[in-house]
Amino acid sequence: MAEELKEVREKKGRGSYLNKLTRISPGWNLVLLIFLLILAVIVIVPVALVVVVSLSTAESIALNGYSFLPSEWTLIAYENLLGKGLGTQILQSYIVTIAMTAVGTVLSLFLMSLYAYVLAQRNFPAKRFYTLILFFTMLFSGGLVPSYIVNRQYLHLYDNFWVLVLPGLIAAYNVFILRTFMQSTIPEAMFDAARIDGASDFRIYWQIVLPLCKAGLAVVAMWAIVGRWNDWFTGMLYIENAKLVPLQTMLQKIQNNIDFIKNNSQMKNSVEGASILKSLPGESTRMAIVVISSVPIIFAYPFFQRYFIQGITVGSVKG
Amino acid sequence: MKAVASSPPSRGFGYKIRHHFHQYGMLHLMALPTVVWLALFAYWPMFGLIMAFEDYNVQDGFFGSEFVGLKNFEFLFQSQDAWVITRNTVLYNIAFIVLGNVCALGLAIILSEMYFHKTAKVLQTIFILPNFLSITVIALIVYAFLAPTNGFVNAIIQNLGGTKVNWYVTPSIWPFLLVFINLWKGTGYSAVVYLASISGISNEYYEAAMLDGATKLQQIRYITIPNLRFILSIQLIMAVGGMFRGDIGLFYTVTMNNGALYPVTDVIDTYVYRSLTTSQSPGMSVAAGFYQSVVGLILILLSNWVVTKIDADSALF
Repeated sequence: MAEELKEVREKKGRGSYLNKLTRISPGWNLVLLIFLLILAVIVIVPVALVVVVSLSTAESIALNGYSFLPSEWTLIAYENLLGKGLGTQILQSYIVTIAMTAVGTVLSLFLMSLYAYVLAQRNFPAKRFYTLILFFTMLFSGGLVPSYIVNRQYLHLYDNFWVLVLPGLIAAYNVFILRTFMQSTIPEAMFDAARIDGASDFRIYWQIVLPLCKAGLAVVAMWAIVGRWNDWFTGMLYIENAKLVPLQTMLQKIQNNIDFIKNNSQMKNSVEGASILKSLPGESTRMAIVVISSVPIIFAYPFFQRYFIQGITVGSVKG
Repeated sequence: MKAVASSPPSRGFGYKIRHHFHQYGMLHLMALPTVVWLALFAYWPMFGLIMAFEDYNVQDGFFGSEFVGLKNFEFLFQSQDAWVITRNTVLYNIAFIVLGNVCALGLAIILSEMYFHKTAKVLQTIFILPNFLSITVIALIVYAFLAPTNGFVNAIIQNLGGTKVNWYVTPSIWPFLLVFINLWKGTGYSAVVYLASISGISNEYYEAAMLDGATKLQQIRYITIPNLRFILSIQLIMAVGGMFRGDIGLFYTVTMNNGALYPVTDVIDTYVYRSLTTSQSPGMSVAAGFYQSVVGLILILLSNWVVTKIDADSALF
């Protein structure tokens, strides 16, 4: 019933596409459609090129350069990814990325939603203080070098798993989204009723608030997952051990090494340089790494899409 | 329960504290993990900014290193670097903010006016796609087009009988390229954010406008855009606050950190990052970081203040 009501109300909005009176003319609609289709092609084509290159043979790349229509197709790049050496590293990096994404996202959601619950309590005297210390981090930060020194020198977060997880846990903006979401979904009276029944705040949070805020949590989770999965920079800064290098960092390191050798004429012509170049993955293999490292995140998106708009709308409400 | 909170004023301070924690202890406990996190990962580095005024060395740390006053800033601002990185950072951000918002807004309005509802949904999903790609992946996509030997663009040039160009040492194209890449990556997402707000505008406004004979463009000008002013101003305040920040992924990874491009691609963030990876003294780059953080804070306060003057409801705080 409530669902239906909501639907009717939503249909009255601008997004309903129902009202004939305010529609644009069919001609204009077609023009806009064609324009948008062209845009969609511009978005897709570069991605497609990478996929095609990953399926091209080395000979056809040497002959025609990267092209949308290689003379020969092959899966050899993907076979290379399964081979010894490179394959082991990719598998290892995959595991690191999955682990840091999973642990980071769960911890992020837990800490941020706990804090959001505290900020959502309208009668809590210390609410202002807690809001302020979080909000200030949106305005000001120590920046890269001091953070690096604190993490590495004082907290000893260097070249271990936790440095991939801990520094990025709290995003102030997401906490505020969650807080606003909680305030707008759960009536104040519900908190009071639960308290009168003797429930502690943690219990209210765990048993009432979390289940009711799934949509808000899903949006924040999506950002946490995407952010972690795509994070190459933390690994670049803090990880030396090959066993702990995340996928995106690995990709960046491979590219850096190739550039370094290619731009360094002495290295380029030396035997050592040539052998290093040879040991690094070829062009189609690199593009295959791009493909397999992006596929999971692209396929995760549709799962979150239904919460997406809702989350954006709530997030833009001022609290 | 709330009645208990307003205890008689005659009770002592200690009692009030105990009473407060009796009632709210659990809330403090729930906030604690994040407070600890903020202290370690947000506030400690802020105090670490003191090193901008020091000749920092690892043994003595933040509070033991020799104090050198404004020396680091003198070095920074006497070099050409400060001017170049500031100019690049600010100009790129202005281009990103202006073009990014104009394109996103335009796209959102177009999407909202279309009535192939299903098609619009599919298109939205496609437009958002680049926002989910990692910047290292985008760097390789760009590389597929611009690679010196085999890149798509050079292959075409060669087929047409021209000579290959090494784009990675050709500064003139990069400002346009980086702006385009940034638009390519972010416009779809921002458009969906605006679209969500447009969807919330009641259709009655448009019907009334229609009856009064307003054209589509007038409706956009007088209904759609005014209704978006809150979300627009928030985006703008945050963007202005970030005016001195450059996306390290875009400016470092996509350009392949190529020295030949520094005059047009070096931003404050890449400058600071490079000093970390090379073993030079961090003094100047911390000075740059300090200057970046402080100017960013001033800008965000200023832009919020300006918004307050124009329309108090749309301000961030």
